[in-house]
Amino acid sequence: MISDGVEDEEKWLAAAITGLQQNSFYMHRALDSNNLRDALKYSAQMLSELRTSRLSPHKYYELYMRAFDELRKLEMFFKEETRRGCSIIDLYELVQHAGNILPRLYLLCTVGSVYIKSKEAPAKDVLKDLVEMCRGIQHPVRGLFLRSYLSQISRDKLPDIGSEYEGDADTVTDAVEFVLQNFTEMNKLWVRMQHQGPAREKERREKERSELRDLVGKNLHVLSQIEGVDLDMYRDTVLPRILEQVVNCKDELAQYYLMDCVIQVFPDEYHLQTLEILLSACPQLQPSVDIKTVLSQLMERLSNYAASSTEVLPEFFQVEAFAKLNNAIGKVIEAQVDMPIAGAVTLYSSLLTFTLHVHPDRLDYVDQILGACVKKLSGKGKLDDSRATKQIVALLSAPLEKYNDIETALKLSNYPRVMEHLDDGTNKVMAGVIIQSIIKNRTHISTADKVEALFELIKGLIKDSDEKLHDEIDEEDFNEEQNSVARLIQMLYNDDPEEMLKIICTVRKYILTGGPKRLPFTVPPLIFNSLKLVRRLQSQEENAAGEEVAPTPKKIFPILNQTIEALSAVPVPELALRLYLQCAEAANDCDLEPVAYEFFTQAYILYEEEISDSRAQVTAVHLIIGTLQRMNVFGVENRDTLTHKATGYSAKLLKKPDQCRAVYACSHLFWVDDSDSIKDGERVLLCLKRALRIANAAQQMSNATRGSSGSVTLFIEILNKYLYFFEKGNSEISVSVIQGLIELITTEMHSENMTPDPAADAFFASTLRYIQFQKQKEGALGEKYEPIKA
Amino acid sequence: MVLVLALGDLHISHRAPDLPAKFKSMLVPGKIQHIICTGNLCIKEVHDYLRTICPDLHIARGEYDEETRYPETKTLTIGQFKLGVCHGHQVIPWGDLDSLAMLQRQLDVDILVTGHTHQFTAYKHEAGVVINPGSATGAYSSITYDVNPSFVLMDIDALRVVVYVYELIDGEVKVDKIDFKKTTTTQVAH
Repeated sequence: MISDGVEDEEKWLAAAITGLQQNSFYMHRALDSNNLRDALKYSAQMLSELRTSRLSPHKYYELYMRAFDELRKLEMFFKEETRRGCSIIDLYELVQHAGNILPRLYLLCTVGSVYIKSKEAPAKDVLKDLVEMCRGIQHPVRGLFLRSYLSQISRDKLPDIGSEYEGDADTVTDAVEFVLQNFTEMNKLWVRMQHQGPAREKERREKERSELRDLVGKNLHVLSQIEGVDLDMYRDTVLPRILEQVVNCKDELAQYYLMDCVIQVFPDEYHLQTLEILLSACPQLQPSVDIKTVLSQLMERLSNYAASSTEVLPEFFQVEAFAKLNNAIGKVIEAQVDMPIAGAVTLYSSLLTFTLHVHPDRLDYVDQILGACVKKLSGKGKLDDSRATKQIVALLSAPLEKYNDIETALKLSNYPRVMEHLDDGTNKVMAGVIIQSIIKNRTHISTADKVEALFELIKGLIKDSDEKLHDEIDEEDFNEEQNSVARLIQMLYNDDPEEMLKIICTVRKYILTGGPKRLPFTVPPLIFNSLKLVRRLQSQEENAAGEEVAPTPKKIFPILNQTIEALSAVPVPELALRLYLQCAEAANDCDLEPVAYEFFTQAYILYEEEISDSRAQVTAVHLIIGTLQRMNVFGVENRDTLTHKATGYSAKLLKKPDQCRAVYACSHLFWVDDSDSIKDGERVLLCLKRALRIANAAQQMSNATRGSSGSVTLFIEILNKYLYFFEKGNSEISVSVIQGLIELITTEMHSENMTPDPAADAFFASTLRYIQFQKQKEGALGEKYEPIKA
Repeated sequence: MVLVLALGDLHISHRAPDLPAKFKSMLVPGKIQHIICTGNLCIKEVHDYLRTICPDLHIARGEYDEETRYPETKTLTIGQFKLGVCHGHQVIPWGDLDSLAMLQRQLDVDILVTGHTHQFTAYKHEAGVVINPGSATGAYSSITYDVNPSFVLMDIDALRVVVYVYELIDGEVKVDKIDFKKTTTTQVAH
């Protein structure tokens, strides 16, 4: 059915164009022979094609354009005629004899154009006559195109200020009046289309109306271009008249389009100054009009206007733009109960953007907007609507981007309340946005209160929500989330130790609610922040001897201990061990022997009870030995106990090479350069000898299981250790001991069972070179080394 | 001219949030041929970031690294130089140059890059050079107080290596340089 219609339309259009072309051919012949009568006759016939009712607006337009082109030539002819002496008034009279009204009016307008140009009558009179005469066509499509024609030919002939058509009688008021009248009539025709025809064709009609809307809107364009329309005229005449028509026509399509048109076409300064008038029209529009989009457009334009230059800002204050817009939005949202949440949030979002541009310092306005949003969202719980949540994220991100400073956003009391309405996933995304903003701007959050407010905001990341989500959270995403929380913890800082301790306690409170999955990420940064504070206090205590400085390391260590203990819930014994050892070192530096001992005890317990993986044990033992080696706070008994345990662990590592290396590392526990009391040469030698025995055992194992000797690397390592202590002045290590080991290694390397090991060879060679090098040194060192034969 | 970036002990995100902005803007992709990292990044994001600066990335395992499969030690040859990298928590006493020299002899390298102390050092001994690029983020260390963020850029040219150390002191990047020359294929001298 429809395709038939289209085909028919094509046929009719083709027929009409043919008719038009035929008549224009004859018309041209008449023009060429200066035959006015015939020209009029054929032009009237040509224009009759426009009387058709069969064409849709789209096709009618094609026909109209052709007619338009032909009428231009006719107009030129008329001008020539007047120069040849024909009276324009007579011509004006003559064309009215055309049989049918539509051709008659097109011709009249064409002559009218020449008439005005001739200035034989005031422009306003001709224009008035024409605009009234056009009332003769009440068919919407035909009428719209006719009036459009009138508008087109009259555009350059309006009695505007500075135009040649301005005179004593003709003023810009007349120009405005003419355009307004044409506009009003065109709108009426346009609206009338809505009610023509059966109800089932409503959609098609609306589509056709859509195609014609620019014809109506053009009038507003023309009005905006009239020089003489200044602010006063706009405010007192133009806008009220336009709005009157818009409201009275009670047509949804027209109202939406025309409001939008007004906003787009007239300058922003005018909008500012007429804000009240414009906004007061909004509630009077049909309830089905998408007024929120219109308002959003308006606010966007005004935001951009504000952003364009700071000089315009005072205008905004002067007209109380914010109050008016806020009011209007409130009224609209109240009136349109069915407005979807996404729509309401968009409105608030636009108002927020506007406020951030115009009143960036008025946090109370920003908070007000968020508050209104909260009110609209109240009772809705967590939103399900993805469009709405997207809008809310945009709403919440705007202040962050504008202020670049989370502290400002934290002052907005309604900010967290809005966030609560986001579903868990989006809430986390928003929390992530907040953290990114802090890290990017490298802002330091400096008080416990602000930290509390911040962590409340991002609590979606800190702990599981109350409603148990059984969704699988992607592991990578989770890790990224938690790492960003960890980085955030690094940004919390205050120079004042008391405040810093408060911050630490606040953070601790929050992260301990995070559960086993989050603790491995959040506990370490908190521990290190605390250790930094301890170190600061340590130097303070040294300076202010005798005075009780408010927080002391003594008060902080228990907090550290308890926090690391929380990791046992995960469990991550390796991490906890490392943290205990860090704390032990810090306690050592604060001269707190019992505290340091306690931390070591905790570390040792973890090692014995929780760390069973061989590789993990090797690293743990190295960390224990390395830390213990640096301890200077321990008395003899404590040190002995801890050392004894450490050497025990070393000897019990699974693989022989690991055992060997750990045991000779323990030798350093008995010899500390800086300390006079820890230089036990005998124990050092015992360790090294033990290491040798283990190395030997390793060799034998290798022989037994592989049929060949293993590497001599361990022996060479031990040799290097001998040399180390020899140089340090350990009297137990004599030249003969060293010589013996060198010979042992040499023998092993030349033995038959030896698997060639170039690395070991190089190592040995390098060691021997070292000995030679030391021999060449002057003084005691050279003398010491002299007897060694390499 | 081969540029080798040496850095480590960033401790992101346990002890530091990020590299200093001034360092980040200096580390431009495409300018550096190799990266040697002493470990303790600690998280994968840092690994990925380093790869964008240079795909030839050599990392030794630090005791806090999330990735446990990095090697304890690694050696590589660049031009005429043999380089080795080890985090350093395995070498006791920590930071002891003689013990590090022993490791250097064992690995048989001209340049040993090591970390753990968060303190920049460049130490020459008869078997070679030990370089500690410090902590690129200035992370807290139980061994060193007042850590300034630092990293090292080595310019290896035939038998000569120029070591540039970049330190962030009071918000300004200060550069220092040290020259090392290799006289034979086995020894490094001033």
